Amino acid sequence: MFDVVVKNAALAYDERIIFKDLNLTLAGGEWTCLLGGSGVGKTSLLRLIAGLSTGKGLETSGSVLCQDGFSLKGRIAWMAQQDLLLPWFSVIENITLGERLRNSFFSRRKVSAQELDRARHILEQVGLSDKATELPQNLSGGQRQRAALARTLMENRPLVLMDEPFGALDAVTRLNLQDLACDLLANRTVLLITHDPLEALRLGHHIYHLQGEPATLTEAIMPPDSPPRSLENKELMSLQGELLERLRNEEERP
Amino acid sequence: MKAFKPLLVVLFLLLVWEGIVVMFSMPDYILPGPKAVFISMYDNASLLWEHTLVTMTEMLLGLILGVVFGILLAMVLVYFVALRPWLLPLLLVTQAIPVFALAPILMLWFGYGLASKVVMTILVIFFPVATCCYDGLRHTHQGWLDMAKTMGGNRFAILRHVRWPAALPALASGLRVAVVVAPIGAVVGEWVGSSAGLGYLMLQANARLWVDQMFAALTVLAFCSVSLYFITDLALKKLIPWQPAT
Repeated sequence: MFDVVVKNAALAYDERIIFKDLNLTLAGGEWTCLLGGSGVGKTSLLRLIAGLSTGKGLETSGSVLCQDGFSLKGRIAWMAQQDLLLPWFSVIENITLGERLRNSFFSRRKVSAQELDRARHILEQVGLSDKATELPQNLSGGQRQRAALARTLMENRPLVLMDEPFGALDAVTRLNLQDLACDLLANRTVLLITHDPLEALRLGHHIYHLQGEPATLTEAIMPPDSPPRSLENKELMSLQGELLERLRNEEERP
Repeated sequence: MKAFKPLLVVLFLLLVWEGIVVMFSMPDYILPGPKAVFISMYDNASLLWEHTLVTMTEMLLGLILGVVFGILLAMVLVYFVALRPWLLPLLLVTQAIPVFALAPILMLWFGYGLASKVVMTILVIFFPVATCCYDGLRHTHQGWLDMAKTMGGNRFAILRHVRWPAALPALASGLRVAVVVAPIGAVVGEWVGSSAGLGYLMLQANARLWVDQMFAALTVLAFCSVSLYFITDLALKKLIPWQPAT
């Protein structure tokens, strides 16, 4: 699996510099977690990598390269905090959305039988087999985020960008989904943004803390053992305390 | 119970109407009572039916064409950004001039028949449809668009599967307004010059002081408009179940 290298990334919004000269390497096949308070520019960085940084008053520079020399185009799957399920499509239609969107406008063919089989298999993996034909409105918050995870898996991309995907869930559902995501997205390069230190510590191979204005990255923290780490891990708990303390200081400073 | 409420309102209004007629002993040529109007409706049933068909045809044709034009204009505004600064003022000008002022000119251009009334109706309708549809298409949830972009979707497929369905609830509000104002276009057109339709019937009855027949035509018109609204509303709710409840 190839590394993804972010080089000299800079982003300014209305002449306010969010970050500049930012370098980050996402290790191939591993999870990188990005911690930071709100408004520090985590999401901006993620959008920059995803090539979504366009808009009024937005200035970006820098490069995002794949170590294997190919372009990043078409190699990214995106998972946001909101599940982004389309209310007019059933769960399985939502999961196969990518295929639908890549078909031409006039094609009668919707989704191939092979893809549908794959979609059903993935639904089984996330535990939503019996909800395939339901509309998203009839699902619980956890089920909706599972569906969103299934859609991300369906895209089958080497790089997965996640923007606080479990942020809006209750504690138990969140832990379950973290385990599930960790299991199903193993061996993919993942960049996970979160403001929950515990989430970062459970899932990340490398954990960075984005802080300051303009924002800079701290040294990587590399927790022992392999993810998903158990909550009984003593070292995890003390690291969590340390990180929480750091995040708190940062909030209080201004 | 829910279905009865509008009926109760109608019944109440009829009672108030009858009450006013009795209390102030209104002469028939100023305000006939509901009974007189219903008798007139019964006596002139075939005449009313004939003219209702004409007005309804005008309204429905105007509605269909107005909605099609409105949607097309909204699409053009969304996808041809360069045309926006030229088209938007033009759109406003068509609404700044009252239809009433345009009516005589439209008669001149499109004749006294069906066409001029259909054009009037289109003029009245297409603005709410176009603006609502345009707003709906412009305000697609940014998250959906971002996701579609990372999926590598082509813009027509994104329009079909994401932007268009997302805009439908907004378009539905436009349609509800359109259905309510459609009779204005048709009836004003008939007043300015025509030989058929409920508006024409009202003018004729007015000239002869057949006030009961005027009210009969008005009642039929109101009934048609309200029915059209409820049918549209019901159909929209069935067809677009994802719109926020109103």
